[in-house]
Amino acid sequence: MFHWLEKNPFFFAVGVFIVIAYAGLIEILPNFAEASRPVKGLKPYTVLELAGKEVYKKDNCIACHSQLIRPFKAETDRYGQYSLSGEYAYDRPFLWGSKRTGPDLHRVGNYRTPDWHANHMWDPKSVVPDSIMPAYKHEFTNAADLETAYAEAVTVKTVFNTPYGDEIKPGKEAFEKYKKEKLLPEALKIAKAMKRDDLVKMVESGKVPEVVALVAYLERLK
Amino acid sequence: MQSNATLEYDYSIVKLFMWTTVIFGIVGMTIGVLIASQLAFPELNYLLGEYGTFSRLRPLHTNVVIYGFTLSGIWASFYYTAQRVLKVSLSESGLLKALSKLHFILYIVIATFMVISLALGITASKEYAQMEWPLDVLVVLTWVIYGINMFGLIGLRREKTLYISMWYYIAFFLGVAMLYLFNNMEVPTAFFSGGLGAWYHSVSMYAGTNDALVQWWWGHNAVAFVFTVPIIALIYYYLPKESGQAVYSYKLSLLSFWGLMFVYLWAGGHHLLWSTVPDWMQTMGSVFSVVLILPSWGSAINMLLTMKGEWNQLTENPLIKFMVLASTFYMLSTLEGPIQAVKSVNAIAHFTDWIPGHVHDGVLGWVAFMVFAALMHMAPRVFKREIYSKSLLEAQFWIQTIGVVLYFTSMWIAGITQGMMWRAVDEYGNLVYSFIDTVSVLHPYYTIRAIGGLLYLIGVFMFAYNFYKTATAGRRLEQEPRYRSPMA
Repeated sequence: MFHWLEKNPFFFAVGVFIVIAYAGLIEILPNFAEASRPVKGLKPYTVLELAGKEVYKKDNCIACHSQLIRPFKAETDRYGQYSLSGEYAYDRPFLWGSKRTGPDLHRVGNYRTPDWHANHMWDPKSVVPDSIMPAYKHEFTNAADLETAYAEAVTVKTVFNTPYGDEIKPGKEAFEKYKKEKLLPEALKIAKAMKRDDLVKMVESGKVPEVVALVAYLERLK
Repeated sequence: MQSNATLEYDYSIVKLFMWTTVIFGIVGMTIGVLIASQLAFPELNYLLGEYGTFSRLRPLHTNVVIYGFTLSGIWASFYYTAQRVLKVSLSESGLLKALSKLHFILYIVIATFMVISLALGITASKEYAQMEWPLDVLVVLTWVIYGINMFGLIGLRREKTLYISMWYYIAFFLGVAMLYLFNNMEVPTAFFSGGLGAWYHSVSMYAGTNDALVQWWWGHNAVAFVFTVPIIALIYYYLPKESGQAVYSYKLSLLSFWGLMFVYLWAGGHHLLWSTVPDWMQTMGSVFSVVLILPSWGSAINMLLTMKGEWNQLTENPLIKFMVLASTFYMLSTLEGPIQAVKSVNAIAHFTDWIPGHVHDGVLGWVAFMVFAALMHMAPRVFKREIYSKSLLEAQFWIQTIGVVLYFTSMWIAGITQGMMWRAVDEYGNLVYSFIDTVSVLHPYYTIRAIGGLLYLIGVFMFAYNFYKTATAGRRLEQEPRYRSPMA
């Protein structure tokens, strides 16, 4: 049979494809419906948090930080309750990471404060003297991309029925309204809690510094 | 050999891919040494402002090395090997020749935009699948063109039986196509929001645990179908060719090939041990990872036994050195992987530096060594010149071997140290170390790793110089060498 296959490339290719493809079918498909169910009370990310998640992706925090607490005592002692599948139901993409050069962040919102983050992102050594994490000062001046984050909220609401309210809808006008009424006040609260005047001023001028969005996201991780 | 004389193979596209292999190798591994040094000396994070942090550079390193260096090497080899084992020249078909050029051009366009977008932080954030949707579309297009070229050449072939290397190239094509398509299913956000925000932004079709499953089904099998399958295609061609020995066992090649195809996909779950994916999947991932030793070692042993009775060549020919050590590293790496996939070992190893250590004994020792050997075997035949310097090749071999050994030994120690410290408890059951203790302790190992990487990079520069000189200043050859590549 193998000799014959090696002379008939089409059937050879079909054979290879079947042999490699069925594992995916058996392993991945059956779990799909169940694993994507959210835990009770889980709210979708606010637009500001989504913008912060984009900063998390852009500066690629997952290169060094995981968001997955494994079910060991040493991990739950250090980071809190082990992670549950349903907690990730609105994570697109998932951000578990694969390396802990720095600590896990899945529940960082439980034990750090916005002003701690502000100091840490500005100069990590100021709060952790031996830290090898670089400072992310550019996040204090770059403005977060709120419009793209809003577009993402609209998209997941439309395509995946993520339970957002009526205020999340397509169009520039809806976005401007949402920004003025919801986004900026939410950002201002975070900026004030970060205790830095430059951040507060920037938010008041209508722009949200990347680090404010990022901290909103980190605060949400609980 | 006689039939080769009448058939003039077309190497124009091979040469282009060979040069990009060298260039991407230098770029990708230079970034690698920089980011390795950043972990030991964090001040190095500030050389390029926002664009120079470890976090921003790490995907650049991985993507340039995987999709730049390695893929270029694979495709250079493919266009070289396929013509020869199928006994057909690319110049026989105007269409295929044109498509092969288009293949190269699209590839360069994608690589350029990949580098720019990753530097700017535009990323889908899934490891080894970071490119955003517009680039994904181009990748699919390029892949289709590669497929047309491959099956086109197969259609025109004079040698009816497909050589082992072709089996692996076909599997490479199919595997990556399937995995890439499914893992990169994403929804562009501008389409559904009335044109709001960045046009290139998208969200994953899958959420949370499902996304993780699909991602590591990809991530693991990208290793399978980019770092393993096509590299085996390389060794099955170049080792017998360079040594003048027949492949040791056809049956062993059969067993290894179909075994690898059957088992590899299942093992992806070992990246998600102790996570929120269901237990039975984790167990499957573990079990199949251990089974995977069989087909992996099958290929490696088949290659080592091919040298039976001719081991003197190991001392005489540096290309044989590269290839024999490559199969040895392949064995090491494919034993180490399954060990890490055992759940109790994984509990310590996961998230630590043992993982990059494991990856690098595979990619530096196996993948890159094979790519170097392949390029140097092709060079005299493609440029019709003698290899510029044997002693430079020998020196490169030893410097890089020392580099790899420093790399993985330091990362083994670092990983296990960190894994043990994370879980260490005192007599009352309290954690002994704060997290930062487990970071500070790694400084010496990070330094050794950076030195190992630097040695390896020096070897890459030696290779690049040797390759450049071979192409431009090597002694001209009258006749194509039959087996051993001539070198000065």
